[in-house]
Amino acid sequence: MSDHSTYDALRHLADSWGLLAMFAVFLTLALWPFRPGARRHNHDAANLIFKDDSDGE
Amino acid sequence: MEALLTRAGVWFVLAIAAVSAVALAQDQGYAVHMAIVAMAALIGLGVTASSADVGAILRGAIHTPVDPSRYDDDPVRWGVLATVFWGIVGFLAGVFIALQLAIPALNLEPWLNFGRVRPLHTSAVIFAFGGNALIASSFYVVQRTCRARLAFPQLARFVFWGYQLFIVLAATGYLLGVTQSKEYAEPEWYVDWWLTAVWVAYLIVFVGTIVKRAEPHIYVANWFYLAFILTVAMLHIVNNLDMPVSLFGSKSYPLFAGVQGALVQWWYGHNAVGFFLTAGFLAMMYYFVPKQAERPIYSYRLSIIHFWALIFLYIWAGPHHLHYTALPDWAQTLGMVFSIMLWMPSWGGMINGLMTLNGAWDKVRTDPIIRMFVISLAFYGMSTFEGPMLSIKAVNSLSHYTDWTIGHVHSGALGWNGMITFAVIYFLVPRLWQRDRLYSLRMVNWHFWLATVGIVFYAASMWVAGITQGLMWREYGADGYLVNSFVETVSALHLMYLLRAFGGGLYLAGGVIMVINVWATIAGRRRIEAPLSDAAYDPQADRPITAVPAE
Amino acid sequence: MSITEQHKKLERNVTLLGVGALVAVAIGGIVEIAPLFWIDNTIEQVEGMRPYTPLEQAGRDIYVREGCYACHSQMIRPFRDEVERYGHYSLAAESMYDRPFQWGSKRTGPDLARVGNRYSDEWHVQHLKNPQSVVPDSIMPTYGFLADTALEVPDPAGNLQALRRVGTPYSSRDLEMAAADLRAQANPDLDAADLRERYPKAQIRDFDGDPKRLTEMDALVAYLQVLGTLVDVNDAAAQEQLAGEKGR
Repeated sequence: MSDHSTYDALRHLADSWGLLAMFAVFLTLALWPFRPGARRHNHDAANLIFKDDSDGE
Repeated sequence: MEALLTRAGVWFVLAIAAVSAVALAQDQGYAVHMAIVAMAALIGLGVTASSADVGAILRGAIHTPVDPSRYDDDPVRWGVLATVFWGIVGFLAGVFIALQLAIPALNLEPWLNFGRVRPLHTSAVIFAFGGNALIASSFYVVQRTCRARLAFPQLARFVFWGYQLFIVLAATGYLLGVTQSKEYAEPEWYVDWWLTAVWVAYLIVFVGTIVKRAEPHIYVANWFYLAFILTVAMLHIVNNLDMPVSLFGSKSYPLFAGVQGALVQWWYGHNAVGFFLTAGFLAMMYYFVPKQAERPIYSYRLSIIHFWALIFLYIWAGPHHLHYTALPDWAQTLGMVFSIMLWMPSWGGMINGLMTLNGAWDKVRTDPIIRMFVISLAFYGMSTFEGPMLSIKAVNSLSHYTDWTIGHVHSGALGWNGMITFAVIYFLVPRLWQRDRLYSLRMVNWHFWLATVGIVFYAASMWVAGITQGLMWREYGADGYLVNSFVETVSALHLMYLLRAFGGGLYLAGGVIMVINVWATIAGRRRIEAPLSDAAYDPQADRPITAVPAE
Repeated sequence: MSITEQHKKLERNVTLLGVGALVAVAIGGIVEIAPLFWIDNTIEQVEGMRPYTPLEQAGRDIYVREGCYACHSQMIRPFRDEVERYGHYSLAAESMYDRPFQWGSKRTGPDLARVGNRYSDEWHVQHLKNPQSVVPDSIMPTYGFLADTALEVPDPAGNLQALRRVGTPYSSRDLEMAAADLRAQANPDLDAADLRERYPKAQIRDFDGDPKRLTEMDALVAYLQVLGTLVDVNDAAAQEQLAGEKGR
């Protein structure tokens, strides 16, 4: 395949299904932490630094 | 006894090897460096062989608490002291080279010429001040968030001392002319190899501690530390693929030349900012801001998105340092697009940090340490807006090669990295030395204001200088010729260079106040002072209004 | 295993986290950097480009040692004012033998990509010794010690050998002659015909005004005088490459 047709094929993909697929991946990843099942998990993780304070105080 | 002999033997062999390398050295810089290595090995030998408990002497010298916490905090204490020390060295070097640009007679050839001291300044603040802050704070945070002691205590000590040796070799090398002259990657091949060994040890200690944790979660700060350690390892190794001329000489030539060399260098250089000065310091933010504010991070979910988006996007942004150069156009465009996208996760992180104070904003008024955290996040937000803006090709065509870039770097480095490090030091010192409070909170307040005003002088003078210079370079007269010779654009900046040095001097003065405060806190002294905020009370006014009888 | 469980696994497994982070940071670098080594229009061989002579390379090593990049760029951008001030904008091929590249990022002083042959040797020597004596408002440091320091290259052939190992096309003859070439270029009394043939456009003369000694000043000035002089940017091959570098 010549350089130019490779470019055209990739460009076509990037403008159509490739773009759609990337956007879907982006949305999934961005919304992933906000799924309801993770609520308690995130709360626990965020508060673990306060569980005990035996750090020499 | 046998183990002791083996260890002493290893030190001895190292010292002999280093001394032989001095004898075989092809150039002066290499000889000096090997002499330093030999001295380090002899100190190691002396410590191993001496009957005195050097550890105890060292702990006594820095007033280590007798009954330390259940965590392994010695390397953290040393790291905090090293951060303070190298910070002052770096600021001092910075003020010195700033003055050199205003008063060229301050250049003392050959060792103290601008070209040799400038990398000393950048490496001292980034790698010595910033690096020690990162290593010390990561050892502190990973133990607390994992509820486990450091995995390999001896290796952790090797990381600390090995890193100091790296700093000494790098810094002396620049003054002696041992440099690759690649920005932020100046050390020569053997110093690079040494740093690689230290860094791998650092990774092993950090990951080992996470593996043996007693806590199911890996707290988000550790994600950022881990990404910082891994990515810096990758960048450092690839950008320092060199061919030494001789194993007994300092000179080497890089594998990548010209365009490829430029792209690999700025892929490294930009991500030294992205991962050393951003991801690592964000890790500090995610632990210390919630701790000082005594509230959990605003949104743990946002922090997950922040992490993945930031590390994925940052790595692409390097080519924005090479706009309009001989780098292929598509790479420049990619670099610009990703730099602009990077604005979003950066501000996501800033918002996450600032909103943690939701409901506790009064602390900004009463707690100067929280105030330092807040202003560091504000400067982070400002410079992560300025960065994407400067990466737009049209803006970059004016700003590139000018002092605008220098101003941008310093609003990030002095504002974000410096301020958050000071705040973390003020957080850590009383806890690590088991003092109930700092020597003086009012001195923290002074430090805050000196540093802030210093940054304002610095950034503002560099904006003016950069835009002035960019416009003067491209100024055409009515006759169709360039108006300014190059040197006219230099002398036009004289006043701005003086103001910049003044701003840097204020920042350095703040650093000196920090040294006094940390010193006195460790010594166990407490300054008798009025509290920073006291609601005013006037007993005269504290009574019902009574009508004054008429005369 | 439910999706939630799988996610917890990632958040709780340091190996997975590390691998995931490494993959995330590797993608950008690979996509941007790898093509530069395969796409053949990154650098085209341009008529006139050649590796540096041993003396020029020694001068370049001094340029690197002194950290000149901190104030001087070597990359002229395609803007009218830069082209008028410094000369034709820089081509990729012109730095193809630069190890390390010295494009720079700051112009506290002017760009040096085409400084070669713009000033006399005497001007350079005087300027390096005392910049303010030539340009009164200059803020450049003095480099007088270069004229007093004898040029010491411990192993001239070794330098070229190291460069050849990483890809600079020095011939075996170049390596063999490295030490002789180093002296011949700056000493008019020595025979430099062979050097001239292997390194076209090499400037052969005493550079520092003291023909008796070979100093670091000789080397640095020889390097400065070759910068930007090797490629004739107006010839056909160079023009063709320019046409290929779109968007500049």
